[in-house]
Amino acid sequence: MTIFERFSASLHGDEPVALVTRLDDDLPGAKLLVDRHGRLGDLGSPRLNATVEAEARALLTFGQTALRTFGENGEPIPLGREARVFIQSFAPKPDMYIFGAIDFSRTMARIGKYLGYRVTVVDARPVFATARRIPDADKVVVAWPDEFLRNARVDARTTIIVLTHDQKFDIPLLLVALGTDAGYIGAMGSRRTHAARVEELRAAGIGDPDLARISAPIGLDIGARTPEETALSIASEIVALRSGRGGGRLRDSASPVHPQTSHATR
Amino acid sequence: MIDILDAIERWRSDGQRVALATVVGVEKSAPRDPGAAMAVNERGEVAGSVSGGCVEAAVYEEAQDAIAGGRPRLVTYGISDEQASEQGLTCGGTIYVFVERLDW
Repeated sequence: MTIFERFSASLHGDEPVALVTRLDDDLPGAKLLVDRHGRLGDLGSPRLNATVEAEARALLTFGQTALRTFGENGEPIPLGREARVFIQSFAPKPDMYIFGAIDFSRTMARIGKYLGYRVTVVDARPVFATARRIPDADKVVVAWPDEFLRNARVDARTTIIVLTHDQKFDIPLLLVALGTDAGYIGAMGSRRTHAARVEELRAAGIGDPDLARISAPIGLDIGARTPEETALSIASEIVALRSGRGGGRLRDSASPVHPQTSHATR
Repeated sequence: MIDILDAIERWRSDGQRVALATVVGVEKSAPRDPGAAMAVNERGEVAGSVSGGCVEAAVYEEAQDAIAGGRPRLVTYGISDEQASEQGLTCGGTIYVFVERLDW
């Protein structure tokens, strides 16, 4: 199968795919295709291929297209000869589903949109689930959370954020969420709230590996108080998890600033 | 690119050689964003566009050359206001177009 054939098959199948073209004079037109199966093609060196693949996966998460320059062997900062590449992503926007139309949902919708998600806010209460209260959401839906999610499109790039804060909604919703391959499942609530949830989920037959998929208490430990800060904390956790990072301070870490391998298309 | 995929596939299945021109960068205001693409086949048929019509003729020539075996190349079109008005077009800015034969 040629690169073009695989590329075309991805587009027809509505599957995310990135097409990379080398632009500089050394190997003009060299191609690399990156999709969920791996990569195909050659930009000139194995390290360059690996570096560009990681970059392409990160861009692909949000369907972004970019020009990048690397060293001829894939060094992120070129010192000698440069490889210039054009990375073109073809991907539908990933979904962020926010359950519960509370103050935190408003700021979460805003930062979700900012990150490139298609944001849907779901609440069973028509009084709260209004576009006026959550202006940045692409969609505000009045529905029972678990019923909504059962019929929603979910893939590995999907983010599910449970802000309902009410066991009666949380438990059925989390049971549905754990049945999907969503890349992020976060649930708001204190440690005590979550301990109670875990107990109920266990009673419903959920085991440790699935329980470990739930980010709760939700967010990174940045001391967030306001809805804006809380949204920032949750958004940071989403990004950190996606790139397989702990979320600590860079100055306290010895690993490279930019991830060398990316889990972007999970 | 998605908009011209069908045309490219049709041409290729007819055994036509095809050249692809893709906008890879723009400066200031440009009518089309990076990723916009135009394809040309050896019969001279065209699908898609890379600008609002300002540079298509020039890109067409490059594409013909690529079909004939020319090396893939990055072409810059700096569209000054002066040039734009000379051509009677409303484009501005600079666009970078990569032209290659679709042999991959």
